[in-house]
Amino acid sequence: MIGFWILAVVMLASSIWCITATRPVYSVVALLLHFAALAAMYLTLHAEFLAVIQLIVYSGAILILFLFVIALLSSGVAPFSVGPDRLPKILIPAVGLIAVALGFITYALSRTNALVTPGAAVGTNLGVTGEAGVFGSVADFGKALFTSYLLPFEITALILMVAVIGVILLAGDRTPYVSSRKQAGENRRDMREAVLRGGE
Amino acid sequence: MDPMTVPVGNYVALSSVIFFIGVAGVLTRRNPLIMLMSIELMFNAANLLFMAFARVWVHNAGHIFAFLVIMVAAAEAAIGLAIVVTVFRSAKHVDVDDVALMKG
Repeated sequence: MIGFWILAVVMLASSIWCITATRPVYSVVALLLHFAALAAMYLTLHAEFLAVIQLIVYSGAILILFLFVIALLSSGVAPFSVGPDRLPKILIPAVGLIAVALGFITYALSRTNALVTPGAAVGTNLGVTGEAGVFGSVADFGKALFTSYLLPFEITALILMVAVIGVILLAGDRTPYVSSRKQAGENRRDMREAVLRGGE
Repeated sequence: MDPMTVPVGNYVALSSVIFFIGVAGVLTRRNPLIMLMSIELMFNAANLLFMAFARVWVHNAGHIFAFLVIMVAAAEAAIGLAIVVTVFRSAKHVDVDDVALMKG
């Protein structure tokens, strides 16, 4: 319980920092903190494989991608609009909306009595985190992923391939691309002349 | 009540607050990178709920769904950043209010 509150405070503070930071790099740092706390919370929920995936994929891949784009776009210039300039205007409606939503959720949850008990045996197949064969272990997760949920997993591969092709089409370097045979011939002649000139 | 017990309502409340913080980020910020990061916050709020309810019902379908959400989020981040880079190449200034090419 105390761990939950510590992690919850860290996650809330870092997410607010993420959306109010004036520079995108600070937002990335805040998001990194958020993801680390979230991975720790996954561990308390017996989701050890997802905790590791969270750290590797989010902190290791996606945030580094963000950092690369920030470094690429802001070299020497200030291309971004700064500041949460629309935040004060929307603050009161946003807080009201959150209060209403939390009211609904509190009402709905007051009618159930589901509990989350870290470490205690609620179900049948629940043991110590890190052991094989218990709920949430890598073996358990992999068995479910490659038997019951094989089709969604295969479709994931398709989604990633579509994303890769889309990214290459959107932001790929277009210089090696030649649209016609004539253009290719010109490129080859230019290269040959450059070699004859002495490799300038 | 056992002091180690966390009611699932705490997870729901935390997740919904983080989701709304992400919504506020998307609606208020003008920097497309921070908007994408706010979308990541919303994905993660949803994932936290999947984890909490997978734990309540001791069923790992929630883990599988969260795994798929992470994969989709990775694809989304890559494509979003590619769009940002493309817009920046043509405009030299990234402000989402100025990008209105598809406005009807």
